[in-house]
Amino acid sequence: MTTTPHTHAPDAGDVEPDRAGEPDGQRTVDETDVTVMDPYATYEGAQEMRSRSEISATELLRESGAVLRLSEAAAAELSEATAGSEDETMIINMGPQHPSTHGVLRLMLELKGEEVLRTKPIIGYLHTGMEKTAEELTYLQGTTNTTRMDYLSPMFNELVFALATEELLGVADEMPARATWIRMFMCELNRIASHLLFFATNGMDMASTTSMIFGIRERDALLRFFEQVSGLRMNHNYIRVGGVAADLPDGWQEGVSAILDTLERKLVEHDELFSGQPIWHGRSQGVGIIGPEAAVALGATGPTLRATGVPWDLRRDDPYLAYDEVDFDVIVGTHGDTFDRYAVRMSEIRESIRIARQCIEGMPAGDWRIQDKKVTPPPRARIDESMEALIHHFKIFTEGFRVPEGEVYVAVESPRGELGCYLVSDGSAKPYRMHIRGPSFVNIQTLPHLMKGGLMADAVAVISSIDPVMGEVDR
Amino acid sequence: MGDPVFNGGLDLGVLGIVAVKALIGFTFVMVGVIFMIWFERKIIADMQSRVGPDRAGKWGLLQTLADGIKLIFKEDLSPDRSDRLVYRLAPYLSVAPAFLTFTIVPIGGVFRGDDDGTLRVLGNDTFLQVADPPVGVLFLLAMSAVAVYGIMLAGWSSGSKYPLLGSVRASASMVSYEAALGLSVVAVVLLSGSLSTHEIVSSQAGSVLDWNIVRTGFVPFVVFLIAATAELNRPPFDLVEAEQEIVGGFHTEYSSIRFGMFFLAEFMNTITMSAIMVTLFLGGPDGPAPIGPPLLWSFFWFTIKLLAFLFLFVWLRAALPRFRYDQLMDLGWKQLIPLSLGWLLLLGAIQIGRDEGWNVVVVVLVGFGIAVVAAGGLLGAIRVADRRRDAFAEPLPNESAELTDAGVR
Repeated sequence: MTTTPHTHAPDAGDVEPDRAGEPDGQRTVDETDVTVMDPYATYEGAQEMRSRSEISATELLRESGAVLRLSEAAAAELSEATAGSEDETMIINMGPQHPSTHGVLRLMLELKGEEVLRTKPIIGYLHTGMEKTAEELTYLQGTTNTTRMDYLSPMFNELVFALATEELLGVADEMPARATWIRMFMCELNRIASHLLFFATNGMDMASTTSMIFGIRERDALLRFFEQVSGLRMNHNYIRVGGVAADLPDGWQEGVSAILDTLERKLVEHDELFSGQPIWHGRSQGVGIIGPEAAVALGATGPTLRATGVPWDLRRDDPYLAYDEVDFDVIVGTHGDTFDRYAVRMSEIRESIRIARQCIEGMPAGDWRIQDKKVTPPPRARIDESMEALIHHFKIFTEGFRVPEGEVYVAVESPRGELGCYLVSDGSAKPYRMHIRGPSFVNIQTLPHLMKGGLMADAVAVISSIDPVMGEVDR
Repeated sequence: MGDPVFNGGLDLGVLGIVAVKALIGFTFVMVGVIFMIWFERKIIADMQSRVGPDRAGKWGLLQTLADGIKLIFKEDLSPDRSDRLVYRLAPYLSVAPAFLTFTIVPIGGVFRGDDDGTLRVLGNDTFLQVADPPVGVLFLLAMSAVAVYGIMLAGWSSGSKYPLLGSVRASASMVSYEAALGLSVVAVVLLSGSLSTHEIVSSQAGSVLDWNIVRTGFVPFVVFLIAATAELNRPPFDLVEAEQEIVGGFHTEYSSIRFGMFFLAEFMNTITMSAIMVTLFLGGPDGPAPIGPPLLWSFFWFTIKLLAFLFLFVWLRAALPRFRYDQLMDLGWKQLIPLSLGWLLLLGAIQIGRDEGWNVVVVVLVGFGIAVVAAGGLLGAIRVADRRRDAFAEPLPNESAELTDAGVR
């Protein structure tokens, strides 16, 4: 933040405020007298990156390797190795209004020519206080809130909140098999949709507009199916505490099978267009490399971690829903570069198709929500004939249901990594505290490490390879 | 040499002819731009299973016109930190060369048989091109070099960081592709024996086998095509504007019709460069004339060839991701320039061999042998340079971190 002292002659008629000099030596303003904020500066306080001359070695250390527990000497070496003089470097602001920062992520980059020396992500531009809002909403309303966090994988946000609440309620064991399978099925479709959008935006960031359109086109088929099931294309509030909102519509098997068949065919086309494209290889291979140790130390999860070769997938390592009953592979990469993160996601689409197919075949019959009077509203038909049912229905939706005191942490494998929900109940109908561990938020920490030494163009590729969703980062 | 219209001195008829030709050239390019933008949007939309513009006029044909009118009426902003004079000059610097280059393109004329492309109008002989300077090809190279200034100065004068990055990219990439472009043009000049575009087209008259694309052995054409794409800042070499990386690059700060002029220049350059390629390599307006007046057929063939190139540029844009800055430089300096230089020397050797009566097969074999040795030497040099550079670069400390039970050490 620069506070530039300069004068404003009110009648000078000077249209260039930044260049207003002393008008003919009429009066000299004491430098400490008038300080006007630089009209061009934006200010995010301590989050902003400052030039090397202004910061201490400790801060540089924090920026570039404290999480990796480098020694101070190693960090100093790191900064010296890449540093030039102040004249050769330039701090450039990327975002929050930038075509490739996936929403409102803001990065401050220290550039030497086009080479990125330091990176600092600045967040908070999409902060809407959703975690705080959750404390004012009943558990039944909670899923409408969480579904808006990671808006590209809403099902997972609903799922993690519902699972946490059910854990607190102690009804997790009563869950009918069909409800569990529907949840798993919808989540896998959502994973496909999310990864397809990754394909689209990743292509877009490489200026391959065709892959953007193709990715969005394929995703749209899935969104249409979501609309059939839940009535909404996004933010479904479909997975609720106690089961799901409604059973799958008639003929869903055929509909989904057709979508998956088309998708499998299209994936081959996409491979031709993009995965096997030499320019794309040149742009992504060996770019934004992170090793498994660093990725683990930084808390990265999901494809970002798996691309480094660490086979960590909560679906397999800490099975929830019915993932232990379906057959799928955990995809890992070898190099931890941008291409591997892309390849892992593209292969995960195929694995998700596999799981979805197994869900179509193995979907158990039965109820799709818990028949627990406390949690589940009475069926619509009962309300017309029974006064008690009507009152019960009314109570559930206005007052909600009380959840026993306690705290719980539940995590699921979202398309971006470990999505966790920490829920504290004080025994009332509203959570005392809810906290979401957003995988995007944690994965963004890896950006400074991924970008170091790369070019400006690589920075764009790296951001999209992390696939951050700012709604989840800022919550 | 030169346009015969000036040979008889200046009179009213000559002035009229020149004025009409200039007007036709201007109109051709302007209408071409309007059409090209629509064409590009429609074709790309088709390739991406979209509809594309379809609101303004039949099939959206008037969309470009509507956009142009909108741009004219928009507020013209210039940043406080800009260098005003240069900032305002830059758009003109990029539009003017695009127009001027088109003046040397013969857009029609019969070149087969006894005809040499002249047309008799008002008692004067003339060519169907606005001007035919004896140094036509040099003029082309000069103009494409001047066009760099428009982009470079626009980025520099904006007084903003992203445009500055764009202009640095522009000056580096366009200047280095100029070299490959020039070397592949020299191959054409070598075979045609003239720098005048009219003479170059005349020398290609006959059949497809007489076109320079065949006579120069295809390689200069490919090099020219790639270099021209880079010179035009068309995808996949559009890293000068790179929307996703540097937010539009040199034209980030421009608005209103000044912004429009950069777009105009870009599309105009695309058309002009396609026309130049038709002229240099595909025999210009040359082609068979089965029925009717051959003059009309010459326009037809010219337009068809031009459209083929325009379609190719659109196709590239739809299919390919963008190159990175250093990859672009590698391609230019390490591949295109050595390739076109080697090919030029080979063509020269064959020409000399023909004059001296040497055996062509032997000349080609010896030439290829030398080329292979030279290429090997170059590759070796590049590899050694790479290895030396790697030796200087130290590994980043975070790669040496180890995972232990207590965390990362």
